[in-house]
Amino acid sequence: MLMTVASVTLPVGETERIIKNRIAPPKAQDGGKRVCIVTGTHGDELEGQYVAWKLNRRLQENLEHLHGTVDIYPALNPMGVSTITRGVPGFDLDMNRIFPGDPNGTTTRYLAHEIIQDIAGADLCIDIHASNIYLKELPQARVNVNTAKELLPLAKELNLDFIWVHAASTVLESTLACSLNNIKTPTIVVEMGVGMRITEEYGRQLITGLLNLFHKMGIWDEPVGDVRAPIVSSDGSVSFINANAAGIFLPHVLHDAQVTEGQELGVIADPATGEVKEVLNSPVDGLLFTLREYPVVASGSLIARILGGAAK
Amino acid sequence: MKEEVLFTIDTLYRPELEVKGFRFGAGKKALCVVGSTRGNEIQQTYVCALLVKTLKSLEQMNALRPGFEVLVIPTVNQNSINVGRRFWPLDNSDINRMFPGYDKGETTQRIAADLFELVKDFESGVQLASFSLLGDFLPHVRVMHTGYQRTDLAAQFGMAYIVDRTPEPVDSTTLNYNWQIWGTNAFSLYTKETDRIDDESAHEAVMAILRFMNRQGWLRYPVHSGYLSSTIRDEDMVSVLIPTGGIFHRFRNPGDLVRAGEPMAEILSPYDASPLGQVISPVSGTVFFAHRGPLVIEHEVAFDVIRQDRMTMVMV
Repeated sequence: MLMTVASVTLPVGETERIIKNRIAPPKAQDGGKRVCIVTGTHGDELEGQYVAWKLNRRLQENLEHLHGTVDIYPALNPMGVSTITRGVPGFDLDMNRIFPGDPNGTTTRYLAHEIIQDIAGADLCIDIHASNIYLKELPQARVNVNTAKELLPLAKELNLDFIWVHAASTVLESTLACSLNNIKTPTIVVEMGVGMRITEEYGRQLITGLLNLFHKMGIWDEPVGDVRAPIVSSDGSVSFINANAAGIFLPHVLHDAQVTEGQELGVIADPATGEVKEVLNSPVDGLLFTLREYPVVASGSLIARILGGAAK
Repeated sequence: MKEEVLFTIDTLYRPELEVKGFRFGAGKKALCVVGSTRGNEIQQTYVCALLVKTLKSLEQMNALRPGFEVLVIPTVNQNSINVGRRFWPLDNSDINRMFPGYDKGETTQRIAADLFELVKDFESGVQLASFSLLGDFLPHVRVMHTGYQRTDLAAQFGMAYIVDRTPEPVDSTTLNYNWQIWGTNAFSLYTKETDRIDDESAHEAVMAILRFMNRQGWLRYPVHSGYLSSTIRDEDMVSVLIPTGGIFHRFRNPGDLVRAGEPMAEILSPYDASPLGQVISPVSGTVFFAHRGPLVIEHEVAFDVIRQDRMTMVMV
């Protein structure tokens, strides 16, 4: 059942609505648990659109196996998704930096508050992101170290390649996930793929993981089979490779590759002169889980992240 | 005065981003003034340019007291200004959300790190800042209520209002916040404009900075006393929200006195100009901020009103 979570009237003949689709079995079969699947906070991240679509169909076609409520929120930032805008159109701000919102605040903060109120109290929330247009990511969960004890066992069921347990920071307190975890609504952030694209393979991988987690929670009675055992890593196990020159990045490795220390990852080329301005090498042995997708770089642009230990 | 390139950043098909500084005097690092970090902060750049011009003239008059250094950085982001973009053009990131920066990080983290390294040891720091909301507001000086805030020093700018604001998590990566945490007396000066030039408030901002320098003993030049500032805390201000989307027809402006229950604006239908709703002041007080623009979305902030019963005066 499509429901309106929050709405505001726009200047001319239109209402912005944040919607969710509630999928629930008849009351007699309802185990009482509620799971929220949210995506579309950043308007240029589309990987979650496939997951929302496919999960909607899978659950509705197999309602007899469902024993709880699943709320699917396909676009927390509907105007962003519909206008190919990462932030909130008209306000030029990042929606994932305004939570938990404010009932008496300006439009975006009001909407953020209503979203939080709607999700609050769920047994689990999965917040699906898709990197940005610059970087491609392997399917992974991001878990704040302060919530790792509770969330890691759940994240391990999601059929992801790895789980990044990251340090807490003040600025992240204004994210949806942090705000929900602060009010004891367990929330896991999933990052996968790349902005403005859909990687169906990753979407199917996550849906298998979601159904597996539902099964473990007792709200899905169909066995899912084996899922991947993710690598669990901390900040100290991740190496960052940034450009030190401006130019065009040409990768010499594939995403998701195992690389060795010293291996050439790619070059930064200068089309104007034919010069190679920088050769980028791996500082460690490990898994290339992030790789730059967008070729134009400036000094500092992130090129890759490798899981396998900090640079020596 | 010494004009220098403080640091550079390499970008494709454009000259290196050269961040320029204008250094006056030598000795104790007294004051650093930073202009635009965003590409639409034209007024903020202009205020700094006027300040450089004025300080040059004062230097020639020997009005700058020896033993003190003043550094003015009009902009750190001409790469955005020159292409009409608010944030860093390549990745749309906000330099003023990257402090204290990271010198091995992404481009805007590196810019923030390079800048912060240069400015963090000054005794006082002024950022010419801008609002994200489109509107008109009263010029003021703002400090973040971190426990290190110096509203007593903020009063030395002699502006009508000091806003002593409790930071939100997202503010923890701004220049002002980090300056304060690292021991600099940090102030953000807000004039009336951002992407347009307002000469009057720009000159008022320059005078406010000179007044501050005068009262700190760094300048020997008479500057009029300005205002006895009123200090406003978050709870002293009430936001009045838009009841429904439509055409915004404003009756009240910043500085106006309003009474509780008084209509401040009306919302008109974009189809037949019939009234769709009214914006009513819930309190008596002074209008501090007023939305500017012909159209509004439901729940936007139409006005901020300083509650009359909460005004306090700070004596210099």
